Amino acid sequence: MSIIAVENLTKKFGNITAVNGISFEVEKGTIFGFLGPNGAGKTTTINILCTLLSPTSGKASIDGYDCMKESSEVRKEIGIVFQDNTLDKELTAYENLLFHSYLYNVPKNERKGRIDDALNFVGLYERKDEPVKRFSGGMKRRLEVARSIIHQPKVLFLDEPTLGLDPQSRTNLWEFISELPKKHDVTIFMTTHYMEEAEICNKIAIIDKGKLIAQGSPDDLKKMVGGDVIYLKTKDNSIAIDEIRKNLNLDAEEKNGEIFISVSKGDACIPKLINTLADMVLSVRLQRPTLNDVFLKLTGKAIRPEAVSGGDELKESIRSYRRKFDRG
Amino acid sequence: MRSDLNAIYVIVAREFIKFVRERGRLISTLARPLLWLFLVGGGMSRMVSPDMGMPYMQFIFPGIIGMTILFSSIFSSISIIWDKEFGFMKEMLAAPVSRFSIVVGKALSGTVVSTLQALIILLLFPVIGLKLGIIQILLILGISIILSFCLSSLGILIATFYESFESFSVIMNFIVMPMFFLSGAMYPVKLLPHLLSFFTKINPLTYGIDALKYMVFPEKKMLTHDFPLSLDISAIVLSSVVFVIIAATVFERRK
Ligand SMILES: Nc1ncnc2c1ncn2[C@@H]1O[C@H](COP(=O)(O)OP(=O)(O)OP(=O)(O)O)[C@@H](O)[C@H]1O
Ligand SMILES: [Mg+2]
Repeated sequence: MSIIAVENLTKKFGNITAVNGISFEVEKGTIFGFLGPNGAGKTTTINILCTLLSPTSGKASIDGYDCMKESSEVRKEIGIVFQDNTLDKELTAYENLLFHSYLYNVPKNERKGRIDDALNFVGLYERKDEPVKRFSGGMKRRLEVARSIIHQPKVLFLDEPTLGLDPQSRTNLWEFISELPKKHDVTIFMTTHYMEEAEICNKIAIIDKGKLIAQGSPDDLKKMVGGDVIYLKTKDNSIAIDEIRKNLNLDAEEKNGEIFISVSKGDACIPKLINTLADMVLSVRLQRPTLNDVFLKLTGKAIRPEAVSGGDELKESIRSYRRKFDRG
Repeated sequence: MRSDLNAIYVIVAREFIKFVRERGRLISTLARPLLWLFLVGGGMSRMVSPDMGMPYMQFIFPGIIGMTILFSSIFSSISIIWDKEFGFMKEMLAAPVSRFSIVVGKALSGTVVSTLQALIILLLFPVIGLKLGIIQILLILGISIILSFCLSSLGILIATFYESFESFSVIMNFIVMPMFFLSGAMYPVKLLPHLLSFFTKINPLTYGIDALKYMVFPEKKMLTHDFPLSLDISAIVLSSVVFVIIAATVFERRK
């Protein structure tokens, strides 16, 4: 059953077409990845689904509710982690979550329990009474994820949840996120520039310049650029090649002292090769196409993650200006 | 309904927590009225002839309370622009609460913060030689509350038209400062030429300060006030309603 349905969605800002007639569906309980370079229209799509923008044309619904006409129903069903941080940095972690639980009408007797659970889930319980301004970027991001699940949304939108984090924090945060569908029974809609993150998605849609250029499971998409390649080193390559051709009916060739074999499912093929060649094998290497290859093929350019977006730096300096200003 | 009340509670509580935590902000916003009262008021006292029937410093006292309310209300509301730019407003707009409750909550939080600051300035009355009874103090507080609400709503209305904080000095120089000077805070409105007196009449602060003058100088009415008290109060209340409704309507519009 699909919980998000988008049909022919278009959004124009003046003469810029940010989203250009996209259609897709997201199955309940899955992780859906929205992949695309800067300015592709990812955030605009999320803002329309979250009822913050109205589309120029087209339809969007969440759990059967129309994002335009039934916005208050939609808002009750969703949780959002925006691309830019929306925590109140002067408040403590606990206060941020408490205010959120008021805004979403969490029953009074459940507030504390849910907040504590969420804080434990992201490993921030010990620091709950510290003002958020003392948190690192990764902690803030985790806190935002915790906040977004307090009202037990059915759909969770994550707009570049790991942007600007170091690899370790990214991995940690990514672990939390991938546990969410099972633990909290939510459907996840996320955007990212990072191909390796997109690998975990059940389904991916690739968007470029406002248009969807491909969608499917990561494996499906990779098949578009060809299958896996297995590289083998053996004691005697020519005997090995004969064996492979004869017993496995696969096309194997030698190149630079290595045997390479093109197959569709490399991981399933390796055990068979080893069985056939027994102790002739010295080493095995599997090369799989990446989503980057997919992107490259479809758009002719590589998708490129950026450590910190320019906007964030600008906002940081405005923020410090504001602090100065506030103090007089 | 319930979640709308919750939203109002959240906005007011958030503002109050920040007000208490950010002492620097409190000191800097109180510094302005204090400087005006003692430096401008004190200095002018020697120049302005005493035929007003009271020292100039006392004459401007209601105006200084009005100034405190004007600046802190507008500042508090203008923070919407920062919230819009730095996110927290998004958290509110994405929540299942009505735009109307966000506007009302913001106006009420401005009211709480401004009234508290007005109270601090008000309690300086013995220092400048004024005598106020407890009833008078309560009445002044009452006027401060409705005036704070009115000016906070005006601030929100202004903020809804701006997307970024760069407009801040424009708002200060072309709206807030003229409002202050054309309000009867520093001199009786009657003394102004015709054109300017038109602006004083459409300025809600004028009515607020006029009402404050009634409460601060109950026996010297003839000398200081410009309008009937009932007009003052209805002007403040009516303009508040208009500001809130327009602001909520503008807020409701999705792009
Ligand atoms: N409020 C707006 N007014 C005008 N143009 C806008 C607005 N918001 C977005 N755009 C434009 O729409 C296009 C898509 O922007 P969007 O923010 O959706 O991209 P994105 O895929 O989220 O990019 P990023 O990866 O950088 O976050 C861009 O060309 C952007 O300049
Ligand atoms: Mg974006």
